[in-house]
Amino acid sequence: MAKHATPMLDQLETGPWPSFVTDIKRQAEFRKKNQEKMNYQIPVDVCEDLLGILELSFKHGRTHWKHGGIVGVFGYGGGVIGRYCDQPEQFPGVAHFHTMRVAQPAGKFYTSSYLRELCDLWDFRGSGITNMHGSTGDIIFLGTTTPQLEEIFFELTHRINQDLGGSGSNLRTPSDCVGQARCEFACYDTQALCHDLTNEYQDELHRPAFPYKFKFKFDGCPNCCVASIARSDMSFIGTWRDDIRVDQKAVAAYIGGELKANAGAHSGRDWGKFDIQKEVIALCPTGCMRYEGGKLEINNRECTRCMHCINVMPRALRIGLERGLSILVGAKAPILDGAQMGTLLVPFISAEPPYSEIKETVIEPVWDWWMEEGKNRERLGELIKRQGFGKLLEVTGFKPDPRMVKEPRSNPYIFWKEEEVEGGWERDINEFRKHHQR
Amino acid sequence: MAFVSSGYNPKEPMKDRITDIGPKHFEEFYPPVIKNNKGKWLYHEILEPGVLVHVSETGDEVYTVRAGGCRLMSIEHIREICEIADKHCNGYLRFTTRNNIEFMVDSKSKVKPLVDDLMSRKQPGGCYKFPVGGTGAGITNIVHTQGWIHCHTPATDASGPVKATMDVLFDDFRTMRLPAHVRVSLACCLNMCGAVHCSDIAILGYHRKPPLLDHEYLDKMCEVPLAIAACPTAAIKPSKVTLPSGVEVKSVAVNNDRCMFCGNCYTMCPSMPLADTEGDGIVIMAGGKVSNRLSAPKFSKVVVAFLPNEAPRWPQTTAVIKKIVEAYAKGANKYERVGEWAERIGWERFFEKCEIEFTHHLIDDFRDPAYFTWRQTTQFKF
Repeated sequence: MAKHATPMLDQLETGPWPSFVTDIKRQAEFRKKNQEKMNYQIPVDVCEDLLGILELSFKHGRTHWKHGGIVGVFGYGGGVIGRYCDQPEQFPGVAHFHTMRVAQPAGKFYTSSYLRELCDLWDFRGSGITNMHGSTGDIIFLGTTTPQLEEIFFELTHRINQDLGGSGSNLRTPSDCVGQARCEFACYDTQALCHDLTNEYQDELHRPAFPYKFKFKFDGCPNCCVASIARSDMSFIGTWRDDIRVDQKAVAAYIGGELKANAGAHSGRDWGKFDIQKEVIALCPTGCMRYEGGKLEINNRECTRCMHCINVMPRALRIGLERGLSILVGAKAPILDGAQMGTLLVPFISAEPPYSEIKETVIEPVWDWWMEEGKNRERLGELIKRQGFGKLLEVTGFKPDPRMVKEPRSNPYIFWKEEEVEGGWERDINEFRKHHQR
Repeated sequence: MAFVSSGYNPKEPMKDRITDIGPKHFEEFYPPVIKNNKGKWLYHEILEPGVLVHVSETGDEVYTVRAGGCRLMSIEHIREICEIADKHCNGYLRFTTRNNIEFMVDSKSKVKPLVDDLMSRKQPGGCYKFPVGGTGAGITNIVHTQGWIHCHTPATDASGPVKATMDVLFDDFRTMRLPAHVRVSLACCLNMCGAVHCSDIAILGYHRKPPLLDHEYLDKMCEVPLAIAACPTAAIKPSKVTLPSGVEVKSVAVNNDRCMFCGNCYTMCPSMPLADTEGDGIVIMAGGKVSNRLSAPKFSKVVVAFLPNEAPRWPQTTAVIKKIVEAYAKGANKYERVGEWAERIGWERFFEKCEIEFTHHLIDDFRDPAYFTWRQTTQFKF
């Protein structure tokens, strides 16, 4: 018999998609039975009370978590999201229900033995409920009490050799796409760069020193599988600057129907026979391709590397060999002055370890500027809007480049620096009047 | 529930403290076939919905089976994932950037037993535990947030509407019949944690009532200038209020006509709650994307200004989403994302084809950039 009746949540136990309700009930049952006679460190009925309070929210159409919550571990300024329910008498199991963010390995590859270690720890000292994973990338331990935070952190670091992730006005946990580990499109080792920068900037991640949050994300190519361009203040997107490699025999195999377009991504519907003119040549955003006399030609100088042709014919077309990445900055959600996607700052930069050029010419100059000039709770993207893209160029030392704009300005409200103008701005009205009477 | 120490000594908190060690190194977790072929992959194919093969220049192959995950999961569920990984994949697995689970094997013969095993595992209510799918031109997992499970600022739930929506869209998780992949996301408030602003279809929690003011506590709980600075439309100003007890306190005043219910002041100030049973609900957005394929990345646009919260299954919300998916499936060209389709046919046609009513709420009125969203041309369709 469950502790609380959950008639509304029960309705989410049917249908084909995995039910989180059934899963939480399973965990509740597991704790109640406690076959291994565990000495649970937070209330045994935490999962039942979680369902109980969620049912109440379903009834009220309102959340039942109190505002905020400031908890953590000594030495760090973030990593734990405190949370207290607003009906602690009715649901004592979730009176404290803090979240711990645990730093995930780049690429989110795991072994079962490692995950089991985490599960055993969380079973003992937490609710047994997780998010795999938070939107930023962390493993999320969902629900424990304040006295357990240091205990969990001690076991994580001493026993599992594992740190917390980030929260607050700091560098948040970086994350990446699957990259070269399992993708032929990857233009650099996203896991290596993600891991290197995460370790390089551990201090910035654990101890908030920024005006607001800051995120890194690493995409191996412009397909953006980790959505860096939309979801990170500094977005690293792989690219190449030589020619797309073409295997003409494989092109012929696509045209002949031996190979499936887009690796078979559209096989659930009859789209007709593959038509290279219609599906590739005519769709190319720059019109830089042609297919004549059984040969596919690409005018690579005009290619903007959108990935479409490569995506459609992965066995015939491959990324170039001179590889690196582009850096885009400023993406953020709407609060406060509107959503932004990343804006191109560095068209091409090398992505080879130890990544000194990326750190010294991009990340650190941008942080120096934003940490000094950024207002309280102002994202990098908003500072760029407030002080201008020109200012960003000034502080990083990059030269203005037409690649940095979608189009030149249409208003003529152009600022000049005094030193750019012959004779400067100090002028004498009497000199002027000598030639122009009042 | 007797306290068991980990070895941490609260009397000497900084003693033996280990910090700044970061995440584990990714190479610890690579399956051998991944480790041996990293950076050497030649091409891939989608063999069937949910099953991929990657072929390396060494001739090695890795087969990946992708299964839906509900993100919010218990450790018993994770232990079951581990058991499957041990049984079929030598204990290796990974998670995707959309919270699906990927099991990898190094030969084709191991695929079918794995798929069959995954599809045979069901929950007592009949739900699949590990539905295989989420590849190619279909609908994969919904990137989502905390909702009423853990957050203090939501205007809707996350796990509930996602389960309801994925049930409705389930066939498209298991097949690849659409013109291109359709990314669905949910955020329970307009902080938009996750991907709502850049998805083909997005579900967004929204309030419609200005904040309540807890004058008695406001100055004690809040840094008033921060609450004022938190407002995108400058609806908040400082004020002095006389409580019923006759005591004068510092507080704030909200100009209700300028408030558009974003809730950012509540994020900064606990004395300005705004959640409301009838006021809160869902905004539907459409047409965003993050990839650079063919067209540049796009923001999603608001196409339905309000749908009520209808726990537990949000039928109006899922019905609108289904209508958009079906109209798109019918009308779009191969490779065309929802946003590309809407822009090609014109948004006036989008509303017609999706049978969505266009209301004044959908016309941008936020600062200077709003002008650029109106129509400065005679080009339109009747």
